[in-house]
Amino acid sequence: MEFGPHLILAILEGAVGAAVLALTALGLSLVFGIMRVVNVAHGEFFMLGAIVAWWVATSIAGHPALGFVAAAVVAPLVAGGVAVLGDRLVLKRVHYDPEATIVATIGILYIIQQLALMTYGPEARPVEPPFNSRIALPWFEFGETGFEIYYPWGFGTTTYKLFVIGAAAVILVGFWLFLSRSRIGLVMRATQLDREMATAFGIPVSRVYSLVFGLGAALAALAAVLIVPIQQAHYLMGGDPLLLSFIVVIIGGLGSIRGTIVAAVLIGLSDGIISVFFSPTLAKIIATLLVALVLVFRPQGLFGKKPA
Amino acid sequence: MKVLGLHLGLLALLAVLGMILPAYHQGNLSRIMVLATYAVGYNVMFGYTGLLSLGHAMFFGAGMYGLGLAMQHGGVGAVPAFGIGLVSAAVLSAVVAVLALRTIGVAFMIVTLMFSQAAFLSALYFGEWTRGDEGFVLAQQIRRVGEVDLSNPVTRYYAALLLFSVALLLTMRMTQVRFGHVLVAVRENEERTRMLGYSVWSHKFWAVVISGTISGAAGAAYALLFGYVGASFVSVPYSIFPLLWVLLGGAGTTIGPFVGTLFMFYLIDYLSGLTTAYMLVVGIVLVLLTLFARAGLMGEIRKRWVPWLP
Repeated sequence: MEFGPHLILAILEGAVGAAVLALTALGLSLVFGIMRVVNVAHGEFFMLGAIVAWWVATSIAGHPALGFVAAAVVAPLVAGGVAVLGDRLVLKRVHYDPEATIVATIGILYIIQQLALMTYGPEARPVEPPFNSRIALPWFEFGETGFEIYYPWGFGTTTYKLFVIGAAAVILVGFWLFLSRSRIGLVMRATQLDREMATAFGIPVSRVYSLVFGLGAALAALAAVLIVPIQQAHYLMGGDPLLLSFIVVIIGGLGSIRGTIVAAVLIGLSDGIISVFFSPTLAKIIATLLVALVLVFRPQGLFGKKPA
Repeated sequence: MKVLGLHLGLLALLAVLGMILPAYHQGNLSRIMVLATYAVGYNVMFGYTGLLSLGHAMFFGAGMYGLGLAMQHGGVGAVPAFGIGLVSAAVLSAVVAVLALRTIGVAFMIVTLMFSQAAFLSALYFGEWTRGDEGFVLAQQIRRVGEVDLSNPVTRYYAALLLFSVALLLTMRMTQVRFGHVLVAVRENEERTRMLGYSVWSHKFWAVVISGTISGAAGAAYALLFGYVGASFVSVPYSIFPLLWVLLGGAGTTIGPFVGTLFMFYLIDYLSGLTTAYMLVVGIVLVLLTLFARAGLMGEIRKRWVPWLP
């Protein structure tokens, strides 16, 4: 294949990654922005979503779309429920002290991961996509006969991949409307701005925290449901999304939701493109070092404003 | 006097145990002492200075690969290779300190995590020399100092004890001199320490370098004594382990790291015979510690019964 089609394929793959990453990172950013909690267990909620999706999809007979829809409902609920439980039983009791919450979420990470290993097992299992037809993409060239359009071999994508991108966009817009227009969104933003003042106005801050922690986990689980027909469910799959989400949240500016989404698209796309053309390990080394340096020299993130 | 007696007593007990323990437990205890040295190093930063690092595996790995690569590919002898391991860890920790100490709190934890992740990926990337995840074995005939064969279980035990003694007595001494007092002051109240005229930055810097170098010494010793160098020792769990050991044993206590490592090692050893998911207990212990015993075992003992415990 020529360079042009190759690049477009890389961008398409990157866009799928970016879509899923935006959802996952949004969950992490939400939790950090509102609760000031660094949730190291975020990747495990992603994994939990994928595993529940597999479990739901295989236990429902009939058309794969039925199982997929059921998984998209059940998986975020389960992950969110587990997260709310974790918030109530652990995080709330250590009063969201930054150091203690990091240690506690590391603990929760291993608990979820190892319970998945004990129940789901070490195998990687796929979920059947609800629909998956190939779309061949056209390319053009200026040959001897002048301008012509043809379909290069292997140049194409699937309807499901396009659906993932679209679905993620719809969810992101919906979530933004929820945050900016709904009453609960208002309460959440009030808690983020000034916790004490929110308490004084009668906002049940501790319930808002539980809700936010659950929502963050549910977003990660939803992202996993979307990706699991492309990438198999495995008990160790939480590591990469966690690291990438961290990178995105840092580059986007800690706690800034708009920055998070811009950074997710940027990093998801470049991750996809770079790993097609370069060694993925080298790309990851450079990316992690760059991000660490961003945190060192521009702690407010590339898009964040300097604190006054 | 009490303090010195306690530490020397612990070391003497370990020396005696080396002679009477059955081979299996002797081997375990050698490993525990090397890993406890790693925890002692971690404790300098976390327990005494209040800097929570999530990337100490890179210092452990710097010592391990510094020694391992020099011996395997450079044909260097065990003693100079150990020196190379120490220097690698010291240099890496100095660089990390200069960069990471510009951040505080959560950002510091993430920056150390990221640097360590980059170190882990580098170990995989240069697989031609490091053999990545698979790692490489240091041959028995090069693991010797003069006539002493370090792969022999008995000499290995006492080599580990020597390493642990140096680290333990060093931190004990640290708690008695002004430098150590200033570290604790930085942990308790950074602004006030600065106001009193101490350079907070340089104390933090040296805490990171000392901590990283002790951790690197443990990594180099691990490679030398057990003859294996692999990328898994630089991975995230190996950054979490010292945190867990120190938290369990008691952060900011000199013998806490050893106690924590001892408990955790035998707990995991026992559980890994029952299930492959033995890391579950790591998670549960971490959560329980944050909920019920923030001071750890030795910390709780100090709070309740033995206030002079360093």
